[in-house]
Amino acid sequence: MTELTRRTAAELAEALASGETTSVELTQSHLDRIADVDAAVHAFLHVDAEGALAAARASDERRASGPPASTLDGVPIAVKDVLATRGLPTTCGSRILEGWVPPYDATVVARLRAAGLPILGKTNMDEFAMGSSTEHSAYGPTHNPWDLDRIPGGSGGGSAAAVAAFEAPLAMGTDTGGSIRQPAAVTGTVGAKPTYGGVSRYGLVALANSLDQAGPVTRTVLDAALLHEVVGGHDLMDSTSIDQPLPAVVAAARQGATGDLSGMRIGVVTELTGEGYQPGVQQRFDESVQLLVDAGAEVVEVSCPTFVHALATYYLILPAEASSNLARFDAMRYGLRVLPEGIEAPSAEDVMRASRDRGFGDEVKRRIILGTYALSSGYYDAYYGQAQKVRTLVSRDFAAAFERVDVLLSPTAPTTAFRLGEKLDDPVAMYLNDLATIPANLAGVPGISVPSGLADEDGLPTGVQVLAPAMADDRVYRVGAALETLLTRRWGGPLLARAPELAPALRGASA
Amino acid sequence: MTTRTAEKVLSFEEALAGFDPTMGLEVHVELNTVSKMFCGCATGFGAEPNTQVCPVCLGLPGAMPVVNEKAVESAIRIGLALNCRIASWCRFARKNYFYPDMPKNFQTSQYDEPIAFDGWMDVEVDGETVRVEIERAHMEEDTGKSLHVGGATGRIHGADHSLVDYNRAGIPLIEIVTKTIPGTREKAPLVAKAYVAQLRDLLLALGVSDVRMEQGSLRCDVNLSLAPAGSGQLGTRTETKNVNSLRSVERAVRYEIARQAALLQSGVPIVQETRHWHEDTGVTTSGREKSDAEDYRYFPEPDLVPVAPSTEWVDELRASLPEPPRERLARLQREWGFSDLEMRDTVGAGALVLVEETVAAGAAPGAARKWWLSELARRANERGAEVADLGVTPTDVARVQALVDEGRINDKLARQVFDGLLAGEGTPDEVVEGRGLAVVSDEGALSAAVDRAIADNPAVADKIRDGKVAAAGALIGAVMKELGGKADAGQVRELILAKLI
Amino acid sequence: MPEITRAEVAHLADLARIDLSDTELDHLAPQLVVILEAIASINDVAADDVPPTSHPLPLTNVFRADVVRPSLTAQEALSGAPVEPEQQRFSVPRILGEEA
Ligand SMILES: [Mg+2]
Ligand SMILES: [Zn+2]
Repeated sequence: MTELTRRTAAELAEALASGETTSVELTQSHLDRIADVDAAVHAFLHVDAEGALAAARASDERRASGPPASTLDGVPIAVKDVLATRGLPTTCGSRILEGWVPPYDATVVARLRAAGLPILGKTNMDEFAMGSSTEHSAYGPTHNPWDLDRIPGGSGGGSAAAVAAFEAPLAMGTDTGGSIRQPAAVTGTVGAKPTYGGVSRYGLVALANSLDQAGPVTRTVLDAALLHEVVGGHDLMDSTSIDQPLPAVVAAARQGATGDLSGMRIGVVTELTGEGYQPGVQQRFDESVQLLVDAGAEVVEVSCPTFVHALATYYLILPAEASSNLARFDAMRYGLRVLPEGIEAPSAEDVMRASRDRGFGDEVKRRIILGTYALSSGYYDAYYGQAQKVRTLVSRDFAAAFERVDVLLSPTAPTTAFRLGEKLDDPVAMYLNDLATIPANLAGVPGISVPSGLADEDGLPTGVQVLAPAMADDRVYRVGAALETLLTRRWGGPLLARAPELAPALRGASA
Repeated sequence: MTTRTAEKVLSFEEALAGFDPTMGLEVHVELNTVSKMFCGCATGFGAEPNTQVCPVCLGLPGAMPVVNEKAVESAIRIGLALNCRIASWCRFARKNYFYPDMPKNFQTSQYDEPIAFDGWMDVEVDGETVRVEIERAHMEEDTGKSLHVGGATGRIHGADHSLVDYNRAGIPLIEIVTKTIPGTREKAPLVAKAYVAQLRDLLLALGVSDVRMEQGSLRCDVNLSLAPAGSGQLGTRTETKNVNSLRSVERAVRYEIARQAALLQSGVPIVQETRHWHEDTGVTTSGREKSDAEDYRYFPEPDLVPVAPSTEWVDELRASLPEPPRERLARLQREWGFSDLEMRDTVGAGALVLVEETVAAGAAPGAARKWWLSELARRANERGAEVADLGVTPTDVARVQALVDEGRINDKLARQVFDGLLAGEGTPDEVVEGRGLAVVSDEGALSAAVDRAIADNPAVADKIRDGKVAAAGALIGAVMKELGGKADAGQVRELILAKLI
Repeated sequence: MPEITRAEVAHLADLARIDLSDTELDHLAPQLVVILEAIASINDVAADDVPPTSHPLPLTNVFRADVVRPSLTAQEALSGAPVEPEQQRFSVPRILGEEA
């Protein structure tokens, strides 16, 4: 591993600006790192060396002849395979989209390209983002760089692992119930879920449209803010996009990095701590709270009583929307087409059924059936309709809490990374991973997860989540950056410096 | 599966003796916006396949819809013109069902929150007014179009595969649904036809759609049920799709009344089902039965935010509405000097707008009515088509009349001009030229022909010399015969009289 | 709250156009029962007067002007087709059910 791959995106941007390195050099060094370790980590589903280097060359030429396209011009990035990339395969971790090459770019991807960030490749994920472990990828799981036998979180385990394994300085993730924040927590990285509508969803293959939000996956809070500024802001192609200026997230991250939180009121959510949280997770959380108090914040306990119903609410709304979103995968216009066996001259209908059976994995089928049930006549009011009402109550809980405090705080995930396969056939146990992250998606508010240390019992990373009111993304960056500064000081360096070295594979063996 | 043989039917009279029909009409109107409902693709008819598609209307993974403002505006204007209430807040919904011509396998439509609801339209039938109540008018999107390959007939049955073009997918539709229309008895078929005709005129006046039934920009579904005469009950209904001409609307209602009556009379219950109208054979055939396939699992479209038209916007659109149909009829009758009967016939023939446009193109109202109602209506009838669909335009008709007024042709020649127009021989002037239809106005030639007629018919000539002017008809006939009809009868008559008296 | 039976799962799979095998049905039905039990708790949470939330942000009236934007080329549109297009159209297996 070259020293370049250890640096933060902000540092790389400076190195590019000062002429210390070139985009081609640092893009190549990340491609080399991917070649070294990705056979073991399996963060990527597709690596685009040629495309990334071409973009890097263009970036270097731009810098040579004039101003860069953005602060991050030339800094490479990995993109979750749920975002449409023109000319690059986009599979969503599903067999049904194997080999699909979109004829268009997601808005987020178009903005990355316009800002000059070379795209290294597409990262692994749970199929259609359904999962919390990346084990539901049709192309095999991603491994946690901290312990290759453990899950990297999900659904965006690929993006988190890529960043944690120094394969990319930046990655894009998407978060429907915690898929950016929970992987960040279990891989010792930073993940931010912007306000719903703060980053365009156009070209993000929808899991649950009213919950999905794309956001940055990075190693530092400042990097997340820098990336947020590149991809965020109003988009005419997304009707649910907010037509207001983006909050000043970079400035907030820089302000928070001073470590001063005087005047900040922080609420610890009663319902998201204590019982059900692994002792080591709770311990690191409590220490973080104490650090924030020491930094001048006023910390109070806040109750959000409806949050205990958030998980159930989520597991009705998500499958319902998903069952409808995934109907388009019918083998007619794109994707896998399977001819059913034993049927002569099968009809379109027969082919749809067979293709969807073969193309979707178990978890996807499970949720499609559940969603179909929740929406079907006679059950709508009891399930989907009821869930939408509880959603209102969750939002009201947030509103009430934010009258008392500026941000809310909780552990990001109830446990550290569990072993691959451990919860694979126990969907309910799997769903519990998103307990703390889901309320933010239901209400559309922003959140960030920052590393809070390693749990004593297993030595694995834990995370703290900061939540703020809609369009107050700057607050999560400020508090997140403060906590990061204080903890890094205490640790004497970034948490990831303590991750085990990954043995480089023999070059060429990991194509 | 489909039986192409006609089912047993009662005569219309017998059917009505035993049963009361109740009907409901669902009309889908394609709006004439230049771009689609939820994306910027063009909407022009007849483009090369799959050239007016994008990630949104192809339903590609990740694509998201954005509502066309003009389509909402048109929907509100249609709602207002139909005397509807306009929702102050409503949402789009997903109607989930699988069909290869529907890219997302859900239709973005409206469910329990239509943009317009609770309206009415008064329909004139045989001088009587029937109020058709409007349940709702909502916004939705059209589907793609399939071409069935390998079957003998190009129909879906027997085809071994289909080819899909998504150019039409996503074109804005307004679905206008009536409440059930009870109590129209033997007039039901005419009421249905008059409703669609009048709705078409209204949409045309609003300028929101091309309303070309033959191109599918206005499509009608007929819901019909029968109940024992006088019982006041509601029977099981069928929904007949694909009724795509004014004439078919009337015929389909008539056919379903007769068909259902035959079944009910022999004790067979009506199955709630979708049926398909066949223009060629004039019958309906069974489609799919309505069962669990009807569980559309509607829910609010999360990718689109609610539509909440402000009072100011609605008022502004209301101010832009054209004259209401009844007032318009009264005004036109006044302006044209038509009798009630003439006016009713004009409306009944679906020729109101045609006459209006012909008058606007310069023809006298009486002449415009004469050509459309006698000459062209007869030809439409022969062809089983609507007069509006003949391909003869109001401008053509006005020009033909102008040629008559100029004395270049006579009424009889004008009929031949229409033959030429229908045969696609060009403009009226080109037909006159091409067929050599201009009257002989050369004085010398006319005079010679008159002289010959007098010489050939001395007895008749004597009568006229004796003052029996009425006998001139025989000589005029002879002259016209000699000139192949290409003379102005009045001019010939004057010449004859001048020579003999 | 109604229990979900194996037959019901089969019916739902039918609605969702997924050809589930007997083994899958055997496996899935009890799992769905467990999941439904876990989420049944929300039934008594919200009073009747609580309005449902369909959209997390209170936006309304987001429109685009009726302006034509470039479409994909037919080649791009057809690029993902699982079988060779014919006559510049997507080729799909025979369609059952309705008269066109
Ligand atoms: Mg409809
Ligand atoms: Zn389009």
